[in-house]
Amino acid sequence: MNQFQYVRATQPQAAIEAVAQTTDAKFIAGGTNLLDLMKRGVMTPQKLVDINRLPLNKIERMDNGLRIGALALNSAVADDKLVRERQPLLALALNAGASGQLRNMATVGGNMLQRTRCAYFYDVTMPCNKRAPGTGCGALEGINRMHAIFGFSDKCIAVHPSDMSVALVALDATVLVRGPRGDRRLPFAELHRLPGDAPEKDTNLETNELITAVEIPDGPFTRHVHYQKVRERASYAFALVSVAAALDLEGTTIKGARLAMGGVAHKPWRLAAAEQALVGKPATEATFRQAAAVAMQGAKAFKHNAYKLKLGPNTIVQALRTAAAA
Amino acid sequence: MKTQDKQIGAALSRVDGHQKVTGAATYSAEYPLPGLAYAVLVGSTIAKGRLTGLDTRAAERAPGVLAVITHLNSPKVPGFDTAGKDPSQPATVGGPLKVFHDDKIRFNDQPIAVVVADTFERARYAARLVQAQYAPEKHQTNLEASAPQAFLPTQARKNPKSPMADYQRGTADAYQTGALKVEGEYVIPTEVHHPMELQAITAHWEAPDRLTLYDKTQGTLATRRDFAREWNLPEANVKVIATFVGGAFGNALHSWPHESAAIIAARVVNRPVKLVLTREQMFTMVGYRPYTWQKIGMSATADGKITAITHESLGQTSTYEEFTESTLAQTRMMYAAPNLTTRYRLAALDVGSPIWMRGPGEATGAFALESAMDEMAYLLNLDPLEFRLRNYTDQDPEKNRPWSTKFLKECYKLGADRIGWSKRQLKPGSLRDGEWLIGYGMGVGTFGAHRGGAHASAQLRPDGTVLLQCATTDIGPGTGTAMTQIAADALGLPPAKITFELGHSDYPQAGTQGGSSTVNSVGPAVQEACYALKDKLRTLAGASQPAFAAAKKEDVQLADGYLTLAGAPATRVPYKDLLKQAGDAAVVVEAKPGNEGQQYSMYSFSVHFAEVRVHELTGEVRVSKLVSCADAGTIINQKTAANQMKGGAVGGIGMALMEHAVIDDRYGRYVTKDFADYHVPVHADAPAVEVLFVNQPDYHVNALGTKGIGEIATIGVAPAIANAVFNATGKRVRELPITPDKLV
Ligand SMILES: Cc1cc2nc3c(=O)[nH]c(=O)nc-3n(C[C@H](O)[C@H](O)[C@H](O)COP(=O)(O)OP(=O)(O)OC[C@H]3O[C@@H](n4cnc5c(N)ncnc54)[C@H](O)[C@@H]3O)c2cc1C
Repeated sequence: MNQFQYVRATQPQAAIEAVAQTTDAKFIAGGTNLLDLMKRGVMTPQKLVDINRLPLNKIERMDNGLRIGALALNSAVADDKLVRERQPLLALALNAGASGQLRNMATVGGNMLQRTRCAYFYDVTMPCNKRAPGTGCGALEGINRMHAIFGFSDKCIAVHPSDMSVALVALDATVLVRGPRGDRRLPFAELHRLPGDAPEKDTNLETNELITAVEIPDGPFTRHVHYQKVRERASYAFALVSVAAALDLEGTTIKGARLAMGGVAHKPWRLAAAEQALVGKPATEATFRQAAAVAMQGAKAFKHNAYKLKLGPNTIVQALRTAAAA
Repeated sequence: MKTQDKQIGAALSRVDGHQKVTGAATYSAEYPLPGLAYAVLVGSTIAKGRLTGLDTRAAERAPGVLAVITHLNSPKVPGFDTAGKDPSQPATVGGPLKVFHDDKIRFNDQPIAVVVADTFERARYAARLVQAQYAPEKHQTNLEASAPQAFLPTQARKNPKSPMADYQRGTADAYQTGALKVEGEYVIPTEVHHPMELQAITAHWEAPDRLTLYDKTQGTLATRRDFAREWNLPEANVKVIATFVGGAFGNALHSWPHESAAIIAARVVNRPVKLVLTREQMFTMVGYRPYTWQKIGMSATADGKITAITHESLGQTSTYEEFTESTLAQTRMMYAAPNLTTRYRLAALDVGSPIWMRGPGEATGAFALESAMDEMAYLLNLDPLEFRLRNYTDQDPEKNRPWSTKFLKECYKLGADRIGWSKRQLKPGSLRDGEWLIGYGMGVGTFGAHRGGAHASAQLRPDGTVLLQCATTDIGPGTGTAMTQIAADALGLPPAKITFELGHSDYPQAGTQGGSSTVNSVGPAVQEACYALKDKLRTLAGASQPAFAAAKKEDVQLADGYLTLAGAPATRVPYKDLLKQAGDAAVVVEAKPGNEGQQYSMYSFSVHFAEVRVHELTGEVRVSKLVSCADAGTIINQKTAANQMKGGAVGGIGMALMEHAVIDDRYGRYVTKDFADYHVPVHADAPAVEVLFVNQPDYHVNALGTKGIGEIATIGVAPAIANAVFNATGKRVRELPITPDKLV
């Protein structure tokens, strides 16, 4: 195997320093994504800094929200009583992802930073601007069933695969980051970026920055929520399209709404305009259809993913229907 | 002695179940031979062309590396010069890839080097360091694009009676002039073999001319033949051991490049070498169900009698081997169509060779045929079951001779009752449960009840237990268990006193485990070996006790410690006396079919009924009920037989709803390379499959009355689901799999 250094950190500061010392060092949490990529030769870090022992796995109640440590396990978050009561949408999204075994290893930080599943990214013999800048995008004119319909560029049409992140972007979460130059807070919607001319960069994190936690503000979305994931088998598959929907209902009137999509863009895709189209309207099929149409404005398909132009709005309607009925 | 209950038909638990679930079972990659070295294959990254340069220096210098073997330095494999002329493999023309034989690239990921090291990790690391340069040539991996070059298989060209030849009864393409007709094109994508156990081999040259292979194979003798030939050795010098096989569905019915590579590697490093393919390499190196295009035209009278069918098929094969399968067989014999035309063609692509995959061509063909049957039933406004009954045949319309047995009507009835077929509405989209549209569909399957000759030995041991041996393999159906039951009845011994050993080429000869033929073939050999053993013991006992000589065979009983006679417990001879007299009291018998196959058409039959739910908005399909009913002759073991049916049905769900291996034709390379991209059903995709057997013996096949289960378990499942999807949605999906994108 490729030689690399392995160190285990017990404090965040030490972890950050250990990563900063070496070019091309990587944090490793559950390893469920990073190790696969290393085995395929897609990522070849010189050093792994194991962060599993950092004291960052708590799920805590704050004055006006929840704080979830970056090393909390996906399964622990999904099963947590506070999360289920206050942010059930997050629990639903987590449980829609991967498998029981993987969720028992995967962490919150690792989940949001997992890399695309684009087949061209994974095969080192194929062109991919994300993996090897300048080699071209294999998917653009290749097999692109799973690919983006929003926010892509001619350099990259890959999608972000995380389910959890779709809920987090809908819930206005904030990412807590610590780096060599101290702490900062990043709105979740600004964590991931669009590919533009630099698809090799998935996020707006600086190299060496450690995610320490994610905060989710309290909100009215404790009941009428749903995560609708459409996939090619009943479980254990990435989304063709997924939708996180949260409604604040007064009687049958929509007072507030949150809506985001997965499987459609290089980042979890918040649907702000569609949310606007829902607010103040009755929670009916017609309202949902209208909002779905707004959501899809600007969508563009490639050779094999035109179905998403129809599946997208349908999934939004289904998610809203289910959320309203919950 | 109390006569024991009959074992045949009982639900005996697997005799090797404990070994399997405790990890005591040894698979091909689990023989820790002294000095074992590890081999990793390097694959080409182009689909066609020539290797112009290979830089192996870095790999050779890497720690622990024992050898890097390529076409530039591979030892000469004597059989490669004479290969491809194998008359005993009628299904293929050409031959397996001759690994490291020349600089030609014939498919993407073709092995171009094997790295051997003292550990697996070191071999894998060094394999990454091998650098190749190519002179690429224009490749073709797309079947539709190759349609203009489609050809008739060689065997059909040579022999117009070949099952691959064009077939005609009545008027050619008569459906075209029919008043009521349906016509459709169907596509089955490439489906890839992914049993739980990866393909693995441990190759050991015990002497320069003696080779032992611990190999994942469905046929120890076929593998022995292939590699004896490859190395120009007498077969007796090659030993093939496959005591346990962790699932194989056709992928181990053939010899593959990784096996040749491991043998070459073991020869070069002069140590035993283990080679296990990666999951990724399973896509490219061990065959697959070939991508197949089909067209069906069918006409019928208004009262539901089929007047004509034309069924055409175009399947892919590789450029170096001609693989054929019986895609059109079911169409020729299933329904009483007076005018029938079939045409089978191949296109040679720059891909690895395909191979049979469970239910093989018949399952591919049944998708088209049984979909067309459904479509025609709608056109006629008839219940699809009633339509099939109106075209039921009481004799084989292809060969014009009687069926050996056929209880398909009984299957229809049993299955329809169980699924609640009467709930089905003729009009699509009539039933729903909230957002889920509900539909019912059926599909029929058939497969030849094949039987070949087989040998088995039976030996009495001093403790009164009996050891049976046969070179057959067990890829999972429970062969040892069924054979134990057959022997138990034949000997009158409890199963615990019988040991059945298999998976070794030194054992008495038997065919490959494939084509649902093992119980049909080996079962009678085991039964007759047991009878012969009893008879031998009786003769031996007769020497000291004349009562045995005069006794009827059925009256001879194997009691604890001695041979005795029914109704005369005092007449007894201790086993140790018999063994003293006879040495080892072993018998080897051969059981062969007679000419029944010329007098009767022998087939197993199945019908599958599916209830599906299709989401009206997302197009997701869930199979909510699946009833599989089989006319498979005598059921030897209710439990393992039902298990076969369930596994086959789940395979059918995969075929219908999710399995598709996709090649990017620009590179001739798969983009689905792992289980995240290539989906097989998970538990949540499979309902509790309900299995029903008619359980009527067919004594024309053999004295046990068995007909075979493995293939009919899958054949017909995919169209049952596709037809149910139509019943739910009114959408006829003719290109599998039926993924949500095709229904929204
Ligand atoms: C077969 C399979 C199916 C899957 N299906 C799904 C699915 O349906 N839906 C879904 O959402 N996911 C799915 N996943 C992905 C899975 O959710 C991710 O692999 C997992 O969440 C990653 O978490 P981890 O802790 O193992 O990350 P790791 O693999 O340890 O790390 C991933 C990346 O994050 C970085 N990192 C980790 N923690 C931090 C931190 N605190 N600060 C900064 N950087 C950090 C690492 O350096 C690395 O680059 C699947 C995975 C597999 C293997």
